[in-house]
Amino acid sequence: MTTTLPPDFADLEPFSDWCLATEAERYAKRLASSMEEMQTFYDVAFPRLDEVLEYLDTLDLDALPDDAGRLLLLCYSLVNVSFPIEVWRQARVPDSGAASMDAVVEPAV
Amino acid sequence: MAHFPKPAEGSWTQHYPELGTSTVTYEDSISPEFYELERKAIFNRTWLNVGRIEEIPRTGSYFTKELQCAGTSVVIVRGKDGEVRGFHNICRHRGNKLVWNDYPREETSGTCRQFTCKYHGWRYDLNGALNFVQQESEFFDLDKADFGLAPVQTEVWQGFIFVNLDPDNTTSVREYLGELGAGIEGYPFGEMTQVYKYRANVGSNWKLFIDAFAEFYHAPVLHARQAIGEESRKLQGYGYEALSYGIEGPHGMVSSWGGMAPPKDPSMVKPIERVLRSGLFGPWDRPDIEGLDELPEGINPARSPTWGIDSFVFFPNFMVLIWAPGWYLTYHYWPTSYNTHIFEGTLYFVPPKNATERMRQELAAVTFKEFALQDGNTLEATQSMLEARVVTQFPLSDQEILLRHLHKTARRYVADHKVTATPVGVPAAR
Repeated sequence: MTTTLPPDFADLEPFSDWCLATEAERYAKRLASSMEEMQTFYDVAFPRLDEVLEYLDTLDLDALPDDAGRLLLLCYSLVNVSFPIEVWRQARVPDSGAASMDAVVEPAV
Repeated sequence: MAHFPKPAEGSWTQHYPELGTSTVTYEDSISPEFYELERKAIFNRTWLNVGRIEEIPRTGSYFTKELQCAGTSVVIVRGKDGEVRGFHNICRHRGNKLVWNDYPREETSGTCRQFTCKYHGWRYDLNGALNFVQQESEFFDLDKADFGLAPVQTEVWQGFIFVNLDPDNTTSVREYLGELGAGIEGYPFGEMTQVYKYRANVGSNWKLFIDAFAEFYHAPVLHARQAIGEESRKLQGYGYEALSYGIEGPHGMVSSWGGMAPPKDPSMVKPIERVLRSGLFGPWDRPDIEGLDELPEGINPARSPTWGIDSFVFFPNFMVLIWAPGWYLTYHYWPTSYNTHIFEGTLYFVPPKNATERMRQELAAVTFKEFALQDGNTLEATQSMLEARVVTQFPLSDQEILLRHLHKTARRYVADHKVTATPVGVPAAR
């Protein structure tokens, strides 16, 4: 199996489909996922967040190796998923109906 | 129970007696006719913020801004002399939109040496001068000097680029923004260049969304579920009171406490907020830059140690929110009809030094979006029922003073314009 994340974080490999480059993709995957899927991802990834950041902070943010860059993208997805898991108990923002909001500018890294 | 002192008059609203305390109508937000008057009296006559100088860093950097509310599109460009200029986005030859990409109604940006019209290849330099006409000899007495791009008054204040579509305007943007603007001059806006920008089509009048963001009275209720259990109930019981309000001319501001950055009790926030030390109020730890220790005097005017955020409402459609933890947010509300508008929320942070700082900003940005989605959807519900006109008089609390002022200001601009726009010698409509 090809590893796409830094070796120390191989346990996150099953969730590498959450390594998504844009907010739009991350939010779309959240809406398309079941609560069970997101809970599984959260339960594995959230307890590792401190160690992940400790590792990433040793690297130059503007020149992250590919695997570290993907790990950071996975963390962005964890942030997105934290809302359904920690607060909403559903994928969508409650009372947001058909409303949508697009990220039209976001940081390159 | 009052938590913070109010002016001697007994309330913020009575401190500004011209506002009155009576019930209000929202007819100005549900009338197509009134909106058409607003387009002429407000959006074609006041200073509108269209962006930041960081968006056009180099000679030839440009962006376009669609101003449906004013019936035009403008192009903003940095010239060879470094000056920022604005032009109506129209070719002087046959009226084609000059700068666009694929979709004529969508905004675009980039860098160029000159502007070339897609239609017949007429070219304009960065100062707007026409410098090339395809088959020029086929034209009749054409003097290129007569056919430069139509300029738009453009000024930069604190790095914010403003346009004014009224060619007869004689007020500078600085003068227009008045004391409230002057009070925040010197804030290190230019250091905060890490940008997240969100855009949404909202099914409400533009003023109704400003209303939603110009008061925090709604926060403990509408956003109850964003706080954790017990804390949510505590917040609702406490309610909301601002530290202070300020009104000057068409503009207003509200200064607010903000105990959430960092929270007194960590158990009141989401687990990921505790780990990352960030949330709706931004990263809890201030960035290490100059200019945040001694804030400009217009920020936190009550000089409260519990200060968390100041929200400035610059008429008509531009809000700047300055947060205690050292970042800022802007809101823009661009009307597209009497009951629709495009909302833009833009977050500005000091560029992160490492992944942890980057993640804190990510959490703040995502949290902002979650809140704004709730706010935006609530407005469609408000708009549709206001349009039913089954109830026409509504009370406003003291904590909603800026709404009272905003709607009054819009009505005043429209009324004043009607008077001044009546041509001399023409009898008024009977």
